[in-house]
Amino acid sequence: MADQTHLDGNALGGLLYQLFERDMTDQRGRCRECGTVKVLGEIHVFRDAPGDVMRCPACNAVLMVIVQMRTGYRVSFESLSWLEVQGVEGSAVT
Amino acid sequence: MAGAALRRRLTWSIADVVGVVVENPTVRSIVLEVPAWPGHLPGQHLDLRLTAEDGYQAQRSYSIATPANGESVTITVEMVDDGEVSPYLTEELRTGDRIEVRGPIGGYFVWDTSSTRPLFLVGGGSGVVPLMSMVRAWSEVGSAVPVRYLASARTFDRLIYFQELEVLAAADRELRLTHTLTRSHPDDWTGPTRRIDSEMLSGSGFDPSDSPEIFVCGPTGFVESVAQTLVTDGHRPEDIKTERFGPSGG
Repeated sequence: MADQTHLDGNALGGLLYQLFERDMTDQRGRCRECGTVKVLGEIHVFRDAPGDVMRCPACNAVLMVIVQMRTGYRVSFESLSWLEVQGVEGSAVT
Repeated sequence: MAGAALRRRLTWSIADVVGVVVENPTVRSIVLEVPAWPGHLPGQHLDLRLTAEDGYQAQRSYSIATPANGESVTITVEMVDDGEVSPYLTEELRTGDRIEVRGPIGGYFVWDTSSTRPLFLVGGGSGVVPLMSMVRAWSEVGSAVPVRYLASARTFDRLIYFQELEVLAAADRELRLTHTLTRSHPDDWTGPTRRIDSEMLSGSGFDPSDSPEIFVCGPTGFVESVAQTLVTDGHRPEDIKTERFGPSGG
């Protein structure tokens, strides 16, 4: 990619920690558009927009957008087909 | 960091500034005492928050430069000319001041001190800060892995940690340093004077067959270029961890 304005998911480490109550930079997500699987630390982040836009480093698809609201945050999962949260004890399906 | 540490809540604490170290004309290391700091891993960072008298807040993320040491945490900050936070931290902040921090943050760009693989660290500008935390940790724990450290700066006086690294490298042959100066250099400079390229990476680092762990940190363009070159040269993408910082880091 020609642009050099992006950061990466490491820069969102604190915010993601707030939202998920754990470190997320080493957790994996998959791009629905191209199938690339990366940890969030490797995902490209554009912070100039009204919110933080996370894009696939391989195909540039928008994976996730985080916008600050008056009373919290709104997280849109765009082309993120899945996001892993490892190390959590299973409890949903028994 | 496993188990309970993962679930620790991330909360703001008031840290005391207990020291300010002049690293070079635009870079300061700030030594903080953070009450109840839970410790951290080499490569992790913290968030720092400043609040103005009118309540306006500005928040930035800074890499930690030192290994875990009780409640003592040192960050290294480069002044960004038109920055909102870094000019205050580098020019105004004094011992005895207090600032808000939270951390540690980051589980991806971290080096495990028990690793047995060769370690190759590549930094551009102040991207050397988390790498220095790794070098200091490596030295402190007496790790036996060979370390290759490659740093790029525009000029000699922009280098960070140069003297300390020279001392560490003189004491331990497993640590080898390469500094390159891309804009100008002293007359007696014997190191490289060009941007990092394939030849410099292979000359200063490890062969892909050695399966090194590689950490690359710096401005976005620097990281993209170095990581791409490493992959082209045969290193596996999963062996290369990257961290970018950019203009919004000011």
